[in-house]
Amino acid sequence: MKVAYWPGCVSRGFTPELHGSMAKIAPLLDIELIELERGNCCGAGVIAEHSQELADTLNARTFALAQQTEATMMNICSTCQGSQTEAQERLDANAEYREQINATLEGGGLRYDKGKVVNKNLLWLLVEDIGLDEVKKRVKRPLTDLKVGPFYGCYIIRPTDRLGIDHDRPRDRYMHMLIEALGGTVIEYAGMHKCCGFPIITMNKEASLKQAGRHIGDAIDADADCLVTPCPLCHLNLDLQQPLAERVAGRDLGLPVLHLPQLLGLAFGLNEKELGLGRHVVKPTSVIDWSTAVVGGVAA
Amino acid sequence: MAEFTLRLRRYDPESGQPPYWAEYTVDLEPHRSVLEGILQAKANEDGSIGIRCSCRAAICGSCGVMINGRAGLACHTHLDEALLGGRDGVIEVEPFNNMPVIKDLIVDMDAVHWKKIKRVTPWLIHKEPVPEREYIVPHENMVDVTQSMACIQCGACVASCLSMEVDPLFVGPAALAKSYRFVGDPRDAQQYERLKDLAEDPHGMYDCTHCFNCIEACPKGVAPMNQIMRLRRISGNDHHIVDRNNGDRHERAFVTLIRGYGLLHEAELLPRSYGGDSWFGKFAPAAGQEMASSLPVVAKAVMRRKVSIKGAMLGHKIPKADLKDVRRIYDLVEGKDERNELNLYITGYDEDLDETPGVMAATGAGDGAAASAEQGQPGMDPEDSPTR
Repeated sequence: MKVAYWPGCVSRGFTPELHGSMAKIAPLLDIELIELERGNCCGAGVIAEHSQELADTLNARTFALAQQTEATMMNICSTCQGSQTEAQERLDANAEYREQINATLEGGGLRYDKGKVVNKNLLWLLVEDIGLDEVKKRVKRPLTDLKVGPFYGCYIIRPTDRLGIDHDRPRDRYMHMLIEALGGTVIEYAGMHKCCGFPIITMNKEASLKQAGRHIGDAIDADADCLVTPCPLCHLNLDLQQPLAERVAGRDLGLPVLHLPQLLGLAFGLNEKELGLGRHVVKPTSVIDWSTAVVGGVAA
Repeated sequence: MAEFTLRLRRYDPESGQPPYWAEYTVDLEPHRSVLEGILQAKANEDGSIGIRCSCRAAICGSCGVMINGRAGLACHTHLDEALLGGRDGVIEVEPFNNMPVIKDLIVDMDAVHWKKIKRVTPWLIHKEPVPEREYIVPHENMVDVTQSMACIQCGACVASCLSMEVDPLFVGPAALAKSYRFVGDPRDAQQYERLKDLAEDPHGMYDCTHCFNCIEACPKGVAPMNQIMRLRRISGNDHHIVDRNNGDRHERAFVTLIRGYGLLHEAELLPRSYGGDSWFGKFAPAAGQEMASSLPVVAKAVMRRKVSIKGAMLGHKIPKADLKDVRRIYDLVEGKDERNELNLYITGYDEDLDETPGVMAATGAGDGAAASAEQGQPGMDPEDSPTR
């Protein structure tokens, strides 16, 4: 399927391995990525904190670009999903407001129309549009015996009514379902639906790192081999900052954190290099050991 | 009638015994509340179960508990609904997080919730001169603060606050929402002082992590996090208050960087958040200190080719024509005299209004807004009455 692909900022900045691994798994899933190169930052809630109208206009601009492709819009960042959905909720709720925003967009030759843009994170697209059965068919190396802790990121699970999460559409359980579909073992731990702390890393560093450190520690105590997250900002706090979180938590951590496409890639038989696993701050040794052990097992 | 199993966390700190789980089976119609279930267990099985409650109609805010790990009112949660969120066919009920337990499901609201509320001067400090009769307040202004006035002081947001979980000193969602109730009130004389106070507090309004947990937990739609964002907006934009925690600098740097690049330039954001919103920000002593403390992480990121030196220096940009468009949008929106904010709690959705005859289908803070706002405040504190 064709998607209007919104990679976000961080996947092309501080977590290049995310954008890279997405490009690698897309053809394996028959996803054709029409990259929205002209799109702009979603504001990550920070621009909205400064000016709601500015954030909504900027997001409407990206939606308008997606609308031109006539394909479903797909993002790979929980924070983009949340910020964009928030903007879209306001744009769709009120025709007068929408027209005010469109009046600003007009000068750039763009327009956002209600009902033309469906914006889904890769995770949602996998479960709802591609289907877990289709995903399963592509698994070459099931994640047997790999214990994976899901870390969702706030923006993709709350508020539930805005994000369309209910018992019929349990988007806050999709990573559980996906890990199982890939043959892995889901590790439930206290922090899986909590905040990584990243938004306050510059405001209250200790509280921020305490959050990251605590969740990683909980996952280790629950016997996880690694975490997986659909949010590159969570990844920054959980992986890039992990050595500092270790100090604040007062214990050894060293738990690898994978991006969602990397986990898929492993199950699809891609190697660590193709998935950019070497670019993480916490070396995913346990995951790589697991993958070579499985390959060895198959060969034997 | 149907059978439901409640698993309650029991704890009596005075007993010297550790907390334990106890299961009770109750027989009630599925639409009855979790509170009724607890009260039935208390009446039929164990009279010593501790639960605080009064109105049983989601107005008094007494019976807040964690139900299957989520904060809410026991009287406002149906048993069948709770069962769907439970595991192994059991409804798990615990005392609120972030507050000390007095007994079983009763927490010490004074120790945390009320202490924080008192922290924000929760009363109106009127402007001088005092008018001979009542203050006349513009309708839009009053509608604007109705959302925070809908608070029933149940503490569900405090119990669910993920920032407070790691930083008990954080002023927290309920108190900050309460603060907005006065910051947004044109009769209050101390808007600046209130905001300055919350900016000076190292655990003040910039400690919120945007986790949305308080929005999710609130049974009254107060959306405390949204009120916190409005506090920040007024503080930074209208009063140019620079807080102690880099919150305002961070926001400014972020907004400026998107104007400059169209995308986030992370390597610039960090030093500017500490050192100030310009390219020279990184040379400020505060930025230097921070960079030094982050050096091990930065070095590792460069070593692993996560970040290239070139990428960190130049950042990434969107195409020229689009960047021009983004800047044009910035100029237009930032150039407006009035802040254009849409609060869906007040205005509702187009469709909702269309379906409600008699309610104006127009938008903005018109008469339709007043109608929906009035419906939304059953638990309004009498002292907060707009007609006072």
